[in-house]
Amino acid sequence: MRLSPDEIIFWQFGLFKLNATIVFTWGLMLVLAVGSKLITRKISTDMRRSHWQNLLEILITGMEKQIEEVGLGQPRKYLGFLGTLFLFVAVASLCTVIPGYEPPTGSLSTTAALALCVFVAVPFFGIAEQGVGDYLKSYTSPTLIMLPFNIISELTRTLALAVRLFGNMMSGAMIVGILLTIVPFIFPIIMTALGLLTGMVQAYIFSILAAVYIAAATRVREPKPQPNAEH
Amino acid sequence: MDNMTFIAVASIVTAGITTAFGTMAPALGEGKAVATALSSLAQQPDASTTITRTLFVGLAMIESTAIYCFVVSMILIFVNPFWNHVIG
Repeated sequence: MRLSPDEIIFWQFGLFKLNATIVFTWGLMLVLAVGSKLITRKISTDMRRSHWQNLLEILITGMEKQIEEVGLGQPRKYLGFLGTLFLFVAVASLCTVIPGYEPPTGSLSTTAALALCVFVAVPFFGIAEQGVGDYLKSYTSPTLIMLPFNIISELTRTLALAVRLFGNMMSGAMIVGILLTIVPFIFPIIMTALGLLTGMVQAYIFSILAAVYIAAATRVREPKPQPNAEH
Repeated sequence: MDNMTFIAVASIVTAGITTAFGTMAPALGEGKAVATALSSLAQQPDASTTITRTLFVGLAMIESTAIYCFVVSMILIFVNPFWNHVIG
């Protein structure tokens, strides 16, 4: 019983292993990059446009609206990072309809890498928006005693992001595998459909949580109201 | 009972109990969340998209504790380090 696609190894050279996770991740990157390059080769701005361009526009405007609703003022700045997170996890989950494919997010290494990207991006955007001093001072808000708790909460929510995505993807693949040995007729198909649904929900959750963390880090603190100067 | 039997029994029993108890509390929490979402949908049907979206986000957060228990059970059954150490 295989726990993750890390264990399918195609080629090994000393310490460097080419396992199924890496191969499927590269395949996804190729599909996303080449696909969007081909679609955006000829963009038309009038009413006659290709279906693929329509699809891309729906995706981009939808994501932009979501990012704005979370509280980030200029969604274009964050659309590259958050949109890539959402598209990668969503397409990784959607491609399970292809036989022989295992989602690379079903391996803790991939989800840990994605969570580390969010962990690095939050201070990056926070410092870009507020400056180093103000951002570091936000760790001591509301009081200095909260400093260790703020740091711990940063670390645990990164861990929670990784384990949540990994657990959901891994459980979907494992349940289908177990059911195939018990009731191999209709039930595995229903569970695969459920796995698709949870995959899309988890992609949305991952990117929305990343957006909420970035919004919390880039929130401009209001200056303290000045006491009325009586004269 | 020698070492191997003890580790096997402890792993299997713990895996079962972890999943059994670990899925009870999130299920209760999710039930309460859905009930509140339904009543607020009945009160304000215009905000249904916001309510539905917030409901799903909240459900995923609650679900993650159940997922933690599931991951621990899977680790105990399939990639148990103590079992691998005692076998090989």
